[in-house]
Amino acid sequence: MSGQPIYVPKSGLAKWFETRLPLFGFLHHSFVAIPNPRNLNYWWTFGGILAFMLGFQIATGVVLAMHYTPDSKLAFLSVEHIMRDVNYGWLLRYAHANGASMFFAVVYIHMLRGLYYGSYKAPREVLWILGVIIYLLMMATGFLGYTLPWGQMSFWGATVITSLFGAIPLVGSTITTWLWGGYAVDNATLNRFYALHYLLPFMILGVVFLHIWALHVVGSNNPLGVEKKTEKDTLPFHPYFTAKDGFALVVFLIVFAWFVFYIPSYLGDADNYIQANPLQTPAEIVPEWYYLPYYAILRSIPSKILGVTALFSAILLFAFLPWLDRSPVRSASFRPLYRIFFWLFVATVVGLGYIGANRPEGAYVIAGRILTICYFSFFLIVLPLLPLIEKTKPLPASIADAVLGRPARPSLNPGHSSASEVR
Amino acid sequence: MADSASLQPSRRDFLFIATGAAGAVAVGASIWPLIDQMNPDASTLAASTTEVDLSGIAEGQIVTVKWRGKPIFVRHRTAKEIAAARAVPLNELRDPASDQSRVQKPEWLVVIGICTHLGCVPLGHQGPYDGWFCPCHGSVYDTAARIRQGPAPANLAIPPYKFVSDTKIQIG
Repeated sequence: MSGQPIYVPKSGLAKWFETRLPLFGFLHHSFVAIPNPRNLNYWWTFGGILAFMLGFQIATGVVLAMHYTPDSKLAFLSVEHIMRDVNYGWLLRYAHANGASMFFAVVYIHMLRGLYYGSYKAPREVLWILGVIIYLLMMATGFLGYTLPWGQMSFWGATVITSLFGAIPLVGSTITTWLWGGYAVDNATLNRFYALHYLLPFMILGVVFLHIWALHVVGSNNPLGVEKKTEKDTLPFHPYFTAKDGFALVVFLIVFAWFVFYIPSYLGDADNYIQANPLQTPAEIVPEWYYLPYYAILRSIPSKILGVTALFSAILLFAFLPWLDRSPVRSASFRPLYRIFFWLFVATVVGLGYIGANRPEGAYVIAGRILTICYFSFFLIVLPLLPLIEKTKPLPASIADAVLGRPARPSLNPGHSSASEVR
Repeated sequence: MADSASLQPSRRDFLFIATGAAGAVAVGASIWPLIDQMNPDASTLAASTTEVDLSGIAEGQIVTVKWRGKPIFVRHRTAKEIAAARAVPLNELRDPASDQSRVQKPEWLVVIGICTHLGCVPLGHQGPYDGWFCPCHGSVYDTAARIRQGPAPANLAIPPYKFVSDTKIQIG
């Protein structure tokens, strides 16, 4: 048997509880017994890291909230107070700020894994769209949180992003005034941003619950993109994938700790250590690194309404991937042309990020426009049309065939053989 | 099922629709305060005016004052700057407006210092027209604060203001 036995309560108390609320049976099924494709590689460990990071950000965020003051006159000073006076305040704030960057780095890897292995294709469309919703909520949360220290970048970032809504015809300025609670970003804005920054992570938590629920209904995709068919294709979540996810988490934490303890301000902007000044825009205003590609798209289009539309479209296109990609083959391992375009897309996004970090002048403007066209072409031209010309490689009959050698060895004890060939 | 009674609106149908309509009104009325609380509050709305003494502003200088939380540029234009602004044919402009329509006295230009693109504060005496240049996304304004290059759709807005004396204006 490669599946773990179902949960059987042992003690009298456990039996009494289980008949009233089968919580432990549910948890055992979801995180111990659930069969996963046996060929999951390390790219599949980032979901677990994301779950950890959500908990980490909520924990550090709640304790930071105990010391932070959301008032436009006091916010900047209260952050310095956290850094200098609060016990371990420096650690908590650096961990939270760098944690946001790590969270985005990991979510981008998680998304690119889905893109490479076609994890959005039927029957995983809802699972994928829930993920896009989580990503949108993360972007909103990250933006709101960056406003709270009330430095120059906080203030002007908030001004630019809220002004995006001013591009909406007719009601644009009404909406921005409503968002600000005044005629400019000010104390009212800071207060509501703080309230929402505290709220959204718990909304993310709710959607993460749905995301995992949907995952457990349709099951994980895998590097071959072939559905699991028999028990031979799978291994139980515990101990095989708990161990794998745990190891990946530890490696990730080393990188995270390196940022927190050695280069805590590397990803930040020095301008944010200058208190917000509504009368002076910093010489260069750039968002946090994880928004840079979209920022470059916004700046590449010399029209306000079209630029804002392009920015939001660039994000929302991810939700339509299940229908834009017409190829029935999931994994890029069997799609030689798609694999090339996938890496070109990655290069496009990195290039846009680089352009987003620089002043919109000269060659950067031209390059930004070219890459913006490349970005949209990937979604709107390459994904729908590539299957017409692409010759995919033959798919294996099953996961077990591909992983354990063909034909699958008849084994009296598959549980034993799998232990040594988990990858 | 389809008997004659179901074709006629019954008392139950009436009650159903009336209850639904009342419920919809009640929900709307309950949600509105939750939405409207985010609009500018009474203290923000309380009419605020700012007076600016022009006597201390030298020719060529731009002074930034705060009105309703927004920066206002007061620019004492030189004769050359006025001439440059008036020499531009209107059909070259993205948001056509004559220089005369943007000032009350030619040497004093008063505009809201918020870029009409995404709300940054443009930098004075910069850009190809020596008007303003927005560092965020590269919008360029001329010496009448009209948009000339870059992504911004409109000229810098003009706040309501009046001359209370020859050397003093009141904004708001």
